[in-house]
Amino acid sequence: MLRFTLKRLLSLGLSLIAASMVVFFTIEIIPGDAARLMLGINATQDAVDALRVQLGLDQSMLARYWSWISGLMQGDLGISYSYRVPVSEMIEGRVWVSLPLAIYALLLSTLIAFPIGIIAATKRGSWADWLVMGGTQLGVAIPNFWFAMIVVNIFALKYQLFSAGGFPGWDDPLAGFKALTLPAFVLALPQASILARVMRSALLDTLSEDFMRTARAKGRTARGALVHHALRNALIPVLTIIGLQFSFLLAGAIIIEQIFYLPGLGSMIFKAITQRDLIVVESVVMLLVFAVIMVTFIVDITYAWVDPRLRRRS
Amino acid sequence: MKRILTGAGILALLATGAMAENTSLTLGDQLEPPHLDPTAGAAGAIDNVVYINIYEGLTEFASDGSIIKGLAKSWDISEDGLTYTFTLQSGVKFHDGSDLTASDVVWSLNRARAEDSVNAQKGLFASIADVSAPDDTTVVVTLSAPNGSFLFNMAWGDAVILNEGDDIEALKTQPNGTGAFTFTNWVQGDSITMTRNENYWGDPAKLETVTIKYISDPTAAFNAMMSGDIDAFPTFPAPENLAQFDADPRFSVIVGSTEGETILSTNNKMPPFDNVKVREALAHAIDRNAIIDGAMFGYGTPIGSHFAPHNPAYLDLTNQSNYDPDLARQLLAEAGYPDGFTTTLKLPPPSYARRGGEIIAAQLRAVGIETEVTNLEWGQWLEEVFKGKDFGLTIVSHTEPMDIGIYANPDFYFQYDSPEFQALMEELNAATDTLTRFNLMQSAQRMIADDYVNGYLFQLAKTGVAKVDIRGLWENAPTQGSNLAEVYWEH
Repeated sequence: MLRFTLKRLLSLGLSLIAASMVVFFTIEIIPGDAARLMLGINATQDAVDALRVQLGLDQSMLARYWSWISGLMQGDLGISYSYRVPVSEMIEGRVWVSLPLAIYALLLSTLIAFPIGIIAATKRGSWADWLVMGGTQLGVAIPNFWFAMIVVNIFALKYQLFSAGGFPGWDDPLAGFKALTLPAFVLALPQASILARVMRSALLDTLSEDFMRTARAKGRTARGALVHHALRNALIPVLTIIGLQFSFLLAGAIIIEQIFYLPGLGSMIFKAITQRDLIVVESVVMLLVFAVIMVTFIVDITYAWVDPRLRRRS
Repeated sequence: MKRILTGAGILALLATGAMAENTSLTLGDQLEPPHLDPTAGAAGAIDNVVYINIYEGLTEFASDGSIIKGLAKSWDISEDGLTYTFTLQSGVKFHDGSDLTASDVVWSLNRARAEDSVNAQKGLFASIADVSAPDDTTVVVTLSAPNGSFLFNMAWGDAVILNEGDDIEALKTQPNGTGAFTFTNWVQGDSITMTRNENYWGDPAKLETVTIKYISDPTAAFNAMMSGDIDAFPTFPAPENLAQFDADPRFSVIVGSTEGETILSTNNKMPPFDNVKVREALAHAIDRNAIIDGAMFGYGTPIGSHFAPHNPAYLDLTNQSNYDPDLARQLLAEAGYPDGFTTTLKLPPPSYARRGGEIIAAQLRAVGIETEVTNLEWGQWLEEVFKGKDFGLTIVSHTEPMDIGIYANPDFYFQYDSPEFQALMEELNAATDTLTRFNLMQSAQRMIADDYVNGYLFQLAKTGVAKVDIRGLWENAPTQGSNLAEVYWEH
């Protein structure tokens, strides 16, 4: 086990180094000068040059990579070119929008998906199943930016029940919660559709297993067998999907954040790219990479701990 | 059914919004500033927040573009035009409580013109030879040569006065000015809030708080106005929605002018555009009105040179480059291109460029000029077009006030190199007499129109939307940024 863990740790380290190089160099070759973008086209060249020196952009790419990566190792994400504040502070502000939004959307999606997935599986072939299958097909197919605009038009413009977007902060938790409701709902819908379909098929698989028949034979009611035996087993693929969806929601909500003008991580990366605030892009992307690699690492270790066969095979 | 009703109940509960108060205002803007120091960055978005509202200069722009008193209550100009003696307003305090003294002015101007200065408009200070403060309320600026636009230069957002010795890095997120509003809060990515300065030396602001909310997406901006989240959008990003706002009794559409000359920039050094006949043909191939109607939904004033129509020295030269495709074809034939040619048209992100570009490409095709259209974002545009000069044509709005001087720089991206024009600009800079300046400005307009340096399209309109009972918003944009102290709600 120790050997396995060490091996995994080594590969984790190598992945991180490789990822940091890919992230840094692919982003650095994007044409565009941050200093010129900040000062505008009427600025004199010597003012731009002075700013380049101030930002450290006059150094070679390798030197900048080194100072970035050695900063990262010490937990220093660097200082934004355009905002002149530490990147970590910027992320901190944005995480409090993106994280709650992702959790909110995930909760909504689970709350929608579980009941309808279970109904569709247990009433297989009925009109309810037909409705769920058709509805979720539609949920997956509808582009979410379009759906977002429709939702804004109905709830914000016509009935004025919600703001059309923006985020007032968490000083007033109810207002913050309210501001995230429409975007979370829009994000949740396609995820719920996928989840419901996975739920249905996973449940159908387990329902036809031998142990289900045994459970019924032992005298379990249909409902009891469903809750205690079928659902537990069906949950494994469902949880895997939920895990994947969470990391997608955390950084993948760029378009929804634009439509609802939410100050989240996605819109921050988007804007940083157009402003050539490369240090922000690099550090945030690297942080996300780190999070995903860590999760994979933990999952690998857990699997190996649960299932000794995996240990031997590697 | 019961469940549906509960759902509706929750929605209604969530929907209780705050009532609008008549002393606060929420404005919308598209671009969030990178930081809040107007002396160290491209003016645009920074000035939209801080100019006059938070920071003030010796002189200021009024809404009609004229130059008025700012922190200087009066000034004397010596006979030879070399010495400006400013007397400062009394009782001016910075937001941190310290007094404005003449040494703050000396420090600010010296900082802006220093060797290592990152001021985006360093050129504004180039003619200053010396700044001194004989006493606490007097500043003497000595120029190396007479400069007729010096008072105008001092009105720019890049020339505002800072408190001597303030930590410059800290000012980027915590501005400390003398204006009628104090900076309160900045939720990065979302909004900036300013509060009335109760110790303001002049007339206090009418509003208590102003919040500027950043919405980059035009559709989202439309939704935010329609849902009432935002009270006014001084420069509304989508002209196609203006008719709808105009028809809505809740809103008024405010149309004014900006300093943005929108031009079909032409690479004067790249063949075949190094031939003036080709450039002349280009000018006659363009139908300005079709571009204004098609790309700007009718908002915009045709221009025939690089000069703002609302400027008193403006000369209408649009007839010199009237729409005449036959003449264009004939000129092309004379220049040796009877079958036309192919060139590049590189378009930055703004809608005037993207939409205008499609129309221009079609108009040029009609006279035989084929264009390869590429859409670029600003970073690429700066690299390829502005710095690399790798382009045939591009469309840009030059938004700085009185920027005809860019034609005197042969290295500027469109590479117009005319010693006559450069001499003319030197003469203009030295002239202090109004009438002389007036005539020189007209000669300058004529000269670049005669040389067909660029295709002159239209003056960018400032199209804003506001709730009907808001008063005092600036109609025009003589500079980027506008005075919000006079804005109020009429009830």
